[in-house]
Amino acid sequence: MTFGGDSALAFAPRRCGAMMLRYWYLLRSSWPRLLDLVYWPTVQMITWGFLQFYIMQNAGFFARAGGTFIGAVLLWDILFRGQLGFSISFMEEMWARNIGNLMMSPLRPPEFITALMVMSIVRLAVGVIPVTLLSIAFFGFNLYALGLALAAFFVNLMLTSWAVGIFVSGLVLRNGLGAENLAWSIMFLFMPLTCVYYPVTTLPTWLQPVSWLLPPTYVFEGMRALLIDRTFRADLMLDALALNVVFFAAGVFAFLKLLQSARRHGSLLQTGE
Amino acid sequence: MPAPPPIAIDRLVKVYKTIPAVDGISFTLQQGSTTGLLGGNGAGKTTTIATIMGLTIPTLGRVTVLGAEMPRERYRVLQRMNFESPYVAMPMRLTVRQNLTVFGMLYGVTDLPHRIEQLGHELDLTDLLDRQTGKLSDGQKTRVALAKGLINAPELLLLDEPTASLDPDTADWVRGRLERYRIERNATLLIASHNMTEVERLCDRIIIMKRGRIEDDDTPAKLLARYGRRTLEEVFLDVARGRALEAAQ
Repeated sequence: MTFGGDSALAFAPRRCGAMMLRYWYLLRSSWPRLLDLVYWPTVQMITWGFLQFYIMQNAGFFARAGGTFIGAVLLWDILFRGQLGFSISFMEEMWARNIGNLMMSPLRPPEFITALMVMSIVRLAVGVIPVTLLSIAFFGFNLYALGLALAAFFVNLMLTSWAVGIFVSGLVLRNGLGAENLAWSIMFLFMPLTCVYYPVTTLPTWLQPVSWLLPPTYVFEGMRALLIDRTFRADLMLDALALNVVFFAAGVFAFLKLLQSARRHGSLLQTGE
Repeated sequence: MPAPPPIAIDRLVKVYKTIPAVDGISFTLQQGSTTGLLGGNGAGKTTTIATIMGLTIPTLGRVTVLGAEMPRERYRVLQRMNFESPYVAMPMRLTVRQNLTVFGMLYGVTDLPHRIEQLGHELDLTDLLDRQTGKLSDGQKTRVALAKGLINAPELLLLDEPTASLDPDTADWVRGRLERYRIERNATLLIASHNMTEVERLCDRIIIMKRGRIEDDDTPAKLLARYGRRTLEEVFLDVARGRALEAAQ
């Protein structure tokens, strides 16, 4: 079944499923890939968890703000791993020199992108769910106790991670594996600006408007409001969602333009460095 | 209304930055034919094939495949064509069966398990279906690539050096298989190759390219007669070394 006829924006669940199956086969065949998904989130959570333990024993404010650091680490991981999961699945095609086969097959960009998005959730689940359980065991921090708020945080963070992942994949498609480093590093540009571990008011006044242009800022502010003030800020989540719609649309638009440019410049034939 | 030709290229020009890779070529292929695209390195063969597959956008001219203008209307016809090259890899960690399953689903193949078994039998891959693609020999990988190229039983099959890195016996076997496939399906084959034995055996028409242009285009017999040569290799060398005109005269 195909929706949208012969257009480049048509969508066939079967083709999308084929790509998901391809990444699932790959993930299943390689235990180092699986281990890699869990390793860093665990190390991060444990490091920051102990730091928070220490601060809670010494400062009254943070004693009230239990879970802020671990919460920030776990939400940051959703953002970072979401983008990485998307980009790595895409990069697997470049590393395998398989992108030419895919681009000359009937696979459409929306099907490819959807498969990458689903796989980023699968990879995230494999990597982060065990860590959230460990954080309960080690530090008594239960991310799932955030309930509906967690769902709002998750949706917004995933949308941003996909928007960035789609944009980076377009850059790699156009410029080859020379642009690969962006996939690993671009999200770290977001870290200081989205105020993962501190409130936006910590930033210089002139930088604060820039921070408010980024959807994750609203999520991390919302998390602090929830954990420190026990208030769920729905307004922040809606603002984040509106910005995410713009980010996501811009990411897809950039991907399609970069793909077209790759076709014009013959980059799909030369997918090396 | 007659069926549109499998490939119709009209004054195709492809320029990368300022360098013309293909410089105003035109040709049309007939259904059920096998055409060899010959030329030295940098002659424009790969760019021509890539444009036919919709991987590059022509700078000028028009490329029509099975009646669809490429790359604008590519999704109308990509399901009916395929490509095989030992130089385009397949995911190495996946087994042969997994790779064929994924590509079969992408091409919308019905009764896929049966089709995979059938190809396994036809291409002598049955014992390899559950082995990792990356662990196969070069010759076995070439057969897997051919299975991928045939997974959707394409009307139009483009091949780039289909028997590269195969021993003479296996190469001969692959050529026989391609010949049989063309006859059974009335399929059209376009083969880019440096292997003159292959071209001589398989092709009923040969297009020789040099520096992005078509230097000659005819049946193997007529080319041999025109250049006064006994083998296509000699014809190819005449063209490649610029002796084309004098030899042809």
